[in-house]
Amino acid sequence: MGMTMTQKILAAHAGLPSVRAGDLIEAKLDLVLGNDVTTPVAVGVFEQAGFTSVFDREKIAIVLDHYTPCKDIKSAQLCKTARGFAQKHGITHLYDVGKAGIEHALLPELGLVAPGDCVIGADSHTCTYGALGAFSTGVGSTDMAAGMAAGENWFKVPPAIRVTLTGSLPAYVSGKDVILHLIGLIGVDGALYKSLEFTGPGVAALSMDDRFTIANMAIEAGGKNGIFPVDEKTIEYVTGRVDRPWTAYEADPDAVYESEVTIDLSALKPTVSLPHLPSNTRTIDEVKGMPIDQVVIGSCTNGRISDLRAAAELLRGRAVADGIRCIVIPATQSVYKQCVAEGLTDIFIDAGCVFSTPTCGPCLGGHMGCMAEGERAVATTNRNFVGRMGHTESEVILASPAVAAASAVKGALASPFDL
Amino acid sequence: MATGKVFKYGDNVDTDVIIPARYLNAPSPEELAKHCMEDIDAAFASAVKPGDIVVGGWNFGCGSSREHAPIAIQANGVACVIAASFARIFYRNAINIGFPILECPEAAEAIGNGDTVSVDFGTGVITDETTGQRFQAAAFPPFINNIISHGGLLPYLKAGKD
Ligand code: SF4
Repeated sequence: MGMTMTQKILAAHAGLPSVRAGDLIEAKLDLVLGNDVTTPVAVGVFEQAGFTSVFDREKIAIVLDHYTPCKDIKSAQLCKTARGFAQKHGITHLYDVGKAGIEHALLPELGLVAPGDCVIGADSHTCTYGALGAFSTGVGSTDMAAGMAAGENWFKVPPAIRVTLTGSLPAYVSGKDVILHLIGLIGVDGALYKSLEFTGPGVAALSMDDRFTIANMAIEAGGKNGIFPVDEKTIEYVTGRVDRPWTAYEADPDAVYESEVTIDLSALKPTVSLPHLPSNTRTIDEVKGMPIDQVVIGSCTNGRISDLRAAAELLRGRAVADGIRCIVIPATQSVYKQCVAEGLTDIFIDAGCVFSTPTCGPCLGGHMGCMAEGERAVATTNRNFVGRMGHTESEVILASPAVAAASAVKGALASPFDL
Repeated sequence: MATGKVFKYGDNVDTDVIIPARYLNAPSPEELAKHCMEDIDAAFASAVKPGDIVVGGWNFGCGSSREHAPIAIQANGVACVIAASFARIFYRNAINIGFPILECPEAAEAIGNGDTVSVDFGTGVITDETTGQRFQAAAFPPFINNIISHGGLLPYLKAGKD
């Protein structure tokens, strides 16, 4: 019986000739990730169990991104614990203020994840790296501690949903619209325990940034991972970034899929998720005009350079509407620098946006844009649960950078076609 | 092997119901145990006895990745959870803290609240002593059994995975 792409990567890392959905296996890890919120908990578990050394100081990444630059004393203490652990164990990949970016944008950019890798991270959006053709999944803090101690962890081999993409994206439609559309189709538990394996002729037409955005939100459909095939664009992306050998895995022709979904990219429209579930999707024309107070452009979903270019294109020579707060946050230092180099920073500032150093900040209601009771945001982030960006009576509408920027200009939820 | 009285709940028992977020800032297992299930079953924490068994429906433990949820159930002395299915991170977290969970849709459906049930962790056989019905849950492979019998993933690794 054939294996899916995910199953092949897991089998290779478990040293097994083949695996089947439902098998429990132990697999070697190429990278273990933690952030300023989850690492301190993992450090506690690690030390309580009596471990004194990590399996490989070069295969652990600790990124201080959620509440940094530290927003209060509590977050400063968390960072101190994570930083102290990294220093004590000589962990190479510690990314602190000034070098940090949002973890899921930063790690691929630095070449820390390669196609065919097996990666765990104590953060649910670790599934982002599936865009590179890696198996990558979010776990709890005990898993991170175990990964750091042993360099391996156990997995239940997932079945898969095959998502076949055809056509290519129309103007003002992006990876964000693809994944919101898919979550709307299958629901927030539509891929529970499962892999979302993207395939089909439409993949080639998607940029790497679009693929990162799509894989990033696999978890919002309950998925264990999302994964893309390795093609020319992947190879171009990792060349010059990844400095070690890697393997491109392909699904077997007779791989077994639990179900199939086909999406014609050419037929998609700008799509948003209304409060309070990512699956509560509408096309923009059905809901435009809803009043808003804030726009957030950034996060591990949409804080990459092409996202900021898409937003800047619409904000160039225009102004953020009166009464709207527009917060733009590049995901990494290098995206930040690129924005400066391309003049995007000027466009944002001239339009009346806040332009910030990289941080998760408002995405989780941390800082840099928490919302008050009754306020509503259009955000390029990935979760619109109750209270996600602040007060439990505030609301988040998930959207692409183009829809977010158009909404900032119009002063209400808006379509980029209407500017 | 465990035998105990069943506390039965429905589908989609989420981590906020298992242990509300308002108690996460005092995360000693004893404190968590006191508030376990209180938003759907205020009597649970006082009624449950060591060795008792929790039975749930589909998608048990959905929601956040908090490890406090299986810890809260375990700290009440519950022997295991039987459910039709578990949410992914709950499933991992339970095993990682050494808390046995069994997936068995037939048992989850047939077993009644208050029944006496025994579970053989070695074979995965679940017996409803009240009705005499027997069910077969998928047995864990040896290394998962090893994790659970060592009391969790870290003690298991520390012991050299023997
Ligand atoms: S940007 Fe938001 S979703 Fe992404 S890692 Fe940060 S808090 Fe999590």
